[in-house]
Amino acid sequence: MASHNAPYWEDVREGAELPPLVKRPTTQQLVRYAGASGDYYQVHYDTAFAQAQGLPGVILHGALKNAFLGQLVTDWIGAGGRLKRLSCQYRKMDVPGDTLTCRGVVTKKSRQGALYLVKCDVWLENGKGEKTTWGSATVSLPSRAEPPRSP
Amino acid sequence: MSIQPPLITPEIRQAIGVESEPRTHEVEKGAIRRFAEAIEDPNPLYTDEVAARRSPYGGITAPPTFLRSLAPGPAPSPVRAELGRRLDGGSEWEYFEPVRPGDRITVTGRLVDASERTGSVGRMLLLTNELRYVNQFGQLVAVQRNTLILY
Repeated sequence: MASHNAPYWEDVREGAELPPLVKRPTTQQLVRYAGASGDYYQVHYDTAFAQAQGLPGVILHGALKNAFLGQLVTDWIGAGGRLKRLSCQYRKMDVPGDTLTCRGVVTKKSRQGALYLVKCDVWLENGKGEKTTWGSATVSLPSRAEPPRSP
Repeated sequence: MSIQPPLITPEIRQAIGVESEPRTHEVEKGAIRRFAEAIEDPNPLYTDEVAARRSPYGGITAPPTFLRSLAPGPAPSPVRAELGRRLDGGSEWEYFEPVRPGDRITVTGRLVDASERTGSVGRMLLLTNELRYVNQFGQLVAVQRNTLILY
């Protein structure tokens, strides 16, 4: 939950891990995501169609995994931090029924004008511990040196 | 060994940089809630008016990848029909302004890059589209660069 305050920039250290986020997507979630996002490509809910495309069965929407990684970061920064950049590449397919763990690690702290920035590597592991999706995120965090600003 | 024709046709080259028609979407509070439920993100900033009002955002906002549900207007498709299978390769997002209920977001897309690669699924055409999201105040809300894999 993101109701807590954001970590202060000064308190974040490079190499620190973000609190992991575990997701257990189901076929029902894929249907709900199809409806909510408008992505009705049949490989996400029609097993026969997916197999005719050479896939083992229905697979997760890449953008759903993107959303999971977004949640990993927004849970960490709370309401006081701001997500500035988020990228991910879908390198292996993920399937419903698996347990997916989103992880992140702080790679770089920097200042840009009045912004106190933190860059992280983020990735998603399947139940076998294989990285299936990876990318990076940049957030701005409140600083102890600056009064809080409204977004 | 036969020489295969390039996947990047003159039609694709000509389509690079051509903007789609704009399409304007009104962001509904219910759509934000359904999207948050679909990705199973219980963050109160997306659904709880009281908690969101007390936050630095001052009201409900949308999850970072909610913009996936807002499609651009039509653009001519330069892709040949034999590349019938597609996968989402990944996205890069830059965020500038929050998305709020009642916003009217105008989305335009354009093809910005085309490349060819050989991978586990054979020859692949990679098309990168840039989607720009502008709100009713003329503010650039976000940019998404999304890579589509056709094979």
